[in-house]
Amino acid sequence: MKALGIILAGGNSTRMKELSKKRAIAAMPIACSYRAIDFALSNMTNSNIQTVAVLSQYNARSLNEHLNSSKWWNFGRKQGGLFVFTPTVTSENNWWYRGTADAMWQNIDFLKKRHEPYVVITSGDCVCKCDFGPIIDYHIQKQADITVVCTKAPEWDDISRFGTVKIDDNGLISNFEEKPMIAHSNIVSTGTYIIRRRKLIELLEQCNAEGRYNFVTDILIRYEGMKKVYGYMLNSYWSNIASLNSYFRTNMDFLKKDVRDFFFAKEPKIYSKARDLPPAKFNQDAKVRDSLIGSGTIINSVVENSVIFKNVFIGNNTVIKNSIVLDGAYIGDNVRVENCIVESNETLLSDTSYVGDDQIKIVIENNNRLGI
Amino acid sequence: MSSKEMIAMLLAGGQGSRLGVLTSDVAKPAVAFGGKYRIIDFPLSNCINSGIDTVGVLTQYQPLALNRHIGIGTPWDLDRNNGGVSVLPPYERSDNSEWYSGTANAIYQNLKYMESYNPEYVLILSGDHIYKMDYEAMLDFHKQNQADVTIAVLPVPMEEASRFGIVVTDDNKRITEFEEKPAHPKSNLASMGIYIFSWPVLKQALTALKDQQNCDFGKHIIPYCHENGKRIFAYEFNGYWKDVGTLGSYWQANMELINLIPEFNLYEEFWKIYTKQDKIEPHYIGPDAEVGRAIIGAGDQIYGKVFGSVLSAGVIVEEGAVVKDSIIMKDTVIKKGAYIEKSIIAENCEIGENARIGVGEEAESKLNPKIYSFGLATIGDDSVIPANVTIGKNTAIKGVTVPEDYQDGVLPGGGYLIKAGEQA
Repeated sequence: MKALGIILAGGNSTRMKELSKKRAIAAMPIACSYRAIDFALSNMTNSNIQTVAVLSQYNARSLNEHLNSSKWWNFGRKQGGLFVFTPTVTSENNWWYRGTADAMWQNIDFLKKRHEPYVVITSGDCVCKCDFGPIIDYHIQKQADITVVCTKAPEWDDISRFGTVKIDDNGLISNFEEKPMIAHSNIVSTGTYIIRRRKLIELLEQCNAEGRYNFVTDILIRYEGMKKVYGYMLNSYWSNIASLNSYFRTNMDFLKKDVRDFFFAKEPKIYSKARDLPPAKFNQDAKVRDSLIGSGTIINSVVENSVIFKNVFIGNNTVIKNSIVLDGAYIGDNVRVENCIVESNETLLSDTSYVGDDQIKIVIENNNRLGI
Repeated sequence: MSSKEMIAMLLAGGQGSRLGVLTSDVAKPAVAFGGKYRIIDFPLSNCINSGIDTVGVLTQYQPLALNRHIGIGTPWDLDRNNGGVSVLPPYERSDNSEWYSGTANAIYQNLKYMESYNPEYVLILSGDHIYKMDYEAMLDFHKQNQADVTIAVLPVPMEEASRFGIVVTDDNKRITEFEEKPAHPKSNLASMGIYIFSWPVLKQALTALKDQQNCDFGKHIIPYCHENGKRIFAYEFNGYWKDVGTLGSYWQANMELINLIPEFNLYEEFWKIYTKQDKIEPHYIGPDAEVGRAIIGAGDQIYGKVFGSVLSAGVIVEEGAVVKDSIIMKDTVIKKGAYIEKSIIAENCEIGENARIGVGEEAESKLNPKIYSFGLATIGDDSVIPANVTIGKNTAIKGVTVPEDYQDGVLPGGGYLIKAGEQA
């Protein structure tokens, strides 16, 4: 137990459009069976990090529902556990989390009470498999103050929504730019950091005393040159889902065999909350091609190149192409869905058509499904 | 002292020998069902859904798969500080150690387990039926009638009644007579092997008959209670209840799940069936795959064709392979070009390229016509079928087979290859 974990899961993003109305980004469903935060939680537990704090704020309820028991990720131990911290009013503080550093500062007692020497800070909106063990070793070996896990941004993604870095031959980060208008590097920070627990406490207290609240701009960038900040390259699949485009792309990536093999077949596995749904059922006229289908889904018609989540019902003579259908959606007869994301638990009436042309269309149809 | 109103004792020690090679390495309650479950999931889920949080599971025959499945009971919310699930195997004593020699003998050997919970009622269940049943409603019935014993009964067609243990009741549902497989049945109420006993009655009967050889509930305990004037009532159950004791009925019950609206509906939110799920990922249907009338489990990868079949989790059907009217269990791989019809293929098997299984004329099984007689090809856990072989109907295979095992590349109808496991 060399480290404890902090998962920053407070955020909301207008880039997610209507999808973030229902839930926090960390609670976004991914690849039929998972929520975004499952990847961070599984990476923690698979790296033998047994004490993890989830800092949540925006639409915390959606996340709390998912985290109603910690046993699915092998937490819930006497040694360690899963802690969900939302902002609370105390005699000293009645602020919301004003930024990532402030979120951690408001829970500094938690950091002070623990005994693990290192802290792994990560974000709840990234899809990746990452063993933190070797990164902590790298951090120790380099005698770094902060190690930033970096990766090459996916070519299709918008780099200006990330922090870009330049890493020199020794691994030192020489140029950290947060959300640059013009990026000078395609190496981006994954939002995962390794830092000594005492160092983190010291930096957070200093930061708060100066009335600063953001971990990246007020600690990482502000102390650039003063502190030894190293970069560690993550060379396997990584994607940040916090924009509509990347959310869609990331889900569609799971139709590729190498991505599925990496996440589904290769140990260690990604864990999620058990839903105890029956297996998927294909009826007589189902015609499914190149698609991922979740448990409990019932299919009566054509599905192509799509990701159909759990407990979805698809009626007769319906065609779904190049789309994502989230949990519990009900799609009636003679419906056409193309280039869409159908929001969870929505009901699409029979004889309707939804087509996203040059852009992915988000389908929200709060119809009454009783009586269909 | 802890006190539970009702605890359940689940008999899961039987081999289920009529399932042939499917139970060579596993007890019948651990056999897969419906693309996701194991048979024991149904009584265990019924228990927790009925508010019973203390369940003793009696194991004996090949318990490894069962023990691993049950674990500490987490999937059924039976991991409890007080109560929960306990696996109860037979154990050694300083004198007179014995195996479980009958259903009631097994329960008798665990008298101390039951006593430790100080129950008012004990529910006796077996781990080999597919059904959803509210045991709490049955307990209410038991209490209402101030019964000593309540037996769950199922109305069966009168012409089939002579295959079952039949009970005859008076107008108040009190049982007046028992008939075991009667030639001329007086009633059509068949015993389901589910009993609620008032604890003092059970304890007294078990103790009185402790020296009875192969002591059995149906044959000894219930008749003993009847002779002693105990109040025995019949609780009529009218839902879906399926005995999956033979390969034919097992195959049939799985196939019924594929129907457009199956009689036994697993898709209702109410009364969920829980199970230990080690695979949670979605399944993938490939670009040239065809899947219709099928149940497809988590993590499956389908590149070939699947019709009229039930596939458990982690199954791979490669390009050009065809699976028809079959049951394929967990982690089995069907290689390219293989053709499978009306077969039951158990867990973790490998079917070689272009192998043809379940084809040709029906022929009587040379191994055991009573077991292998439904036109099915049955392949046990961890078997390997080499490429390009042909396997007929009413066949049985268990273990790693090589091309030399197949004369001219064929295992004709009725043939068998048992290369591992217990002789089925």
